[in-house]
Amino acid sequence: MSTKSLSAEYLKGLWDENPVFRQLLGMCPVLAVTNAVINGIAMGLAASFVLILSSVVVASIKKLIPTQVRIASYIVVIATFVTVADRFMAAYFPPISKALGPYIPLIVVNCIILGRQEAFSSRNSVGRSFIDALGMSTGFVLALLVLSSIREILGAGTFLGMQVMGSWFKPWIIMILPAGAFITLGILLGIALLVEQKTRERRAS
Amino acid sequence: MTDTGFLLRSSPHLKARDSVPKIMYAVVISLMPAMAASFYFFRLKALAVYLICLAGCLATEAVFLRVRKKPMSSLWDGSAVITALLLAMTLPPDLSWDIVLIGSVIAIALGKQVFGGLGNNIFNPALVGRAFLQVAFPVAMTTWSPPATLVIDTVTYATPLGNLKFQGALAQGTLTPLSDLFWGNTGGCLGETSSLALLLGAAFLLFRKTIDWRIPAGAILALGAFTGIFWLTSPQEYASPLFHFLAGGFILGAFFMAPDMVTSPITPTGAWIYASGIGLMVGLIRLFGGFPEGVMFSILFMNTFVPIINRYTRPRILGQRRGT
Repeated sequence: MSTKSLSAEYLKGLWDENPVFRQLLGMCPVLAVTNAVINGIAMGLAASFVLILSSVVVASIKKLIPTQVRIASYIVVIATFVTVADRFMAAYFPPISKALGPYIPLIVVNCIILGRQEAFSSRNSVGRSFIDALGMSTGFVLALLVLSSIREILGAGTFLGMQVMGSWFKPWIIMILPAGAFITLGILLGIALLVEQKTRERRAS
Repeated sequence: MTDTGFLLRSSPHLKARDSVPKIMYAVVISLMPAMAASFYFFRLKALAVYLICLAGCLATEAVFLRVRKKPMSSLWDGSAVITALLLAMTLPPDLSWDIVLIGSVIAIALGKQVFGGLGNNIFNPALVGRAFLQVAFPVAMTTWSPPATLVIDTVTYATPLGNLKFQGALAQGTLTPLSDLFWGNTGGCLGETSSLALLLGAAFLLFRKTIDWRIPAGAILALGAFTGIFWLTSPQEYASPLFHFLAGGFILGAFFMAPDMVTSPITPTGAWIYASGIGLMVGLIRLFGGFPEGVMFSILFMNTFVPIINRYTRPRILGQRRGT
């Protein structure tokens, strides 16, 4: 059982254990859907919905799940919520659902979600699991937001579809292509490591 | 200079007369004829592109050296200058200045410094910059203007390879004559139009043994063999190997970019494998790919294999059994 305070449980997802920048989990949607801010937010919210509800459910039934089949059981729980999210998006936001394509169903195999069940919800109380999932989700949404903002502004000159760069700006088409995702993520990871190193040095001294 | 990173052992030492700046400035000298040719064909537009590239590359290099607390003297070792010149030579003459600047910053920052500076980069920095621009600004990067020496009434002008690929120049008999390709009287990137000027510089590098002769030789043989087979089977459909040798950026790539010491294999066998891979890829892309020209992608593609080529072509140590 964790002895951290509940606020620390929430905050760790934002930076110290940020799923994208610190744990490098869920790279597939991070790279694939961040070509526009709206897609990034939609993906982040869908994954958050699945993560939070799955964590709560797994934490509440953890005593019923036999250890040998725990991964399969988590997947069943996760897949249930993914189906809900997928159908919901398809019914109410068809254009976004179409833009995200297979990446919404693919949340089933998102390592962040499965990782939290295995590492946290299966051995912590329902309340703590909820706070943990909330923190991880916030971290994930923020990471997607940063990545997709950079890519959309440089790659199309827009933010959420609104023109933000002047007419002098020539869009860097590479940024909305897969290569731009890797370049942006690489640079952001480098910056994240640098910040981490500097804070550790400051704490040590 | 502080820590050089070299382990110093006791004598005897072998001393080479070459140093990094000496090699780099030899390459700069060898690029002079081609630069002169680009000034002749594209006039002031060419000069502007060269100057912006130099400014962008040197400034980026200086910023990185400063931030990484490296000696500022290595700014002038010539490697950034070469990156700038090679990048400029691969750009179309009419590219606007901001795109040129972005390309030169990317070339040094993402092509070289993120890997740890000179000697640690996997890819040829100038080509990284160009590849970025090619994907980021596809329209601007494929808008060509005719050389100032050609008096024609058009704003845009296809390159010889674009002509061959997209306008069926071979069938219509409008293929650029080989003499124009040789002297440089065609459209194209700044440094790639005049084969003569490039070959002059290349001869200097080969004579000075700055570049490994196996790499251009292997690339030429592979490209010649590949395009030659198709040319011999149906000459009315495919251009001759000589055309492919002289057109586009092949000479620039084979003599000045592929043999870059950092990004090419160190073993002789490796050099042959690497070079023939480049030649084959160029032929493949030009004949069957979506782009008219494939030198840049071929070299970058083969650059990725250099570590593994080096690993598997390591010479056998005396006494070591085969296959171990």
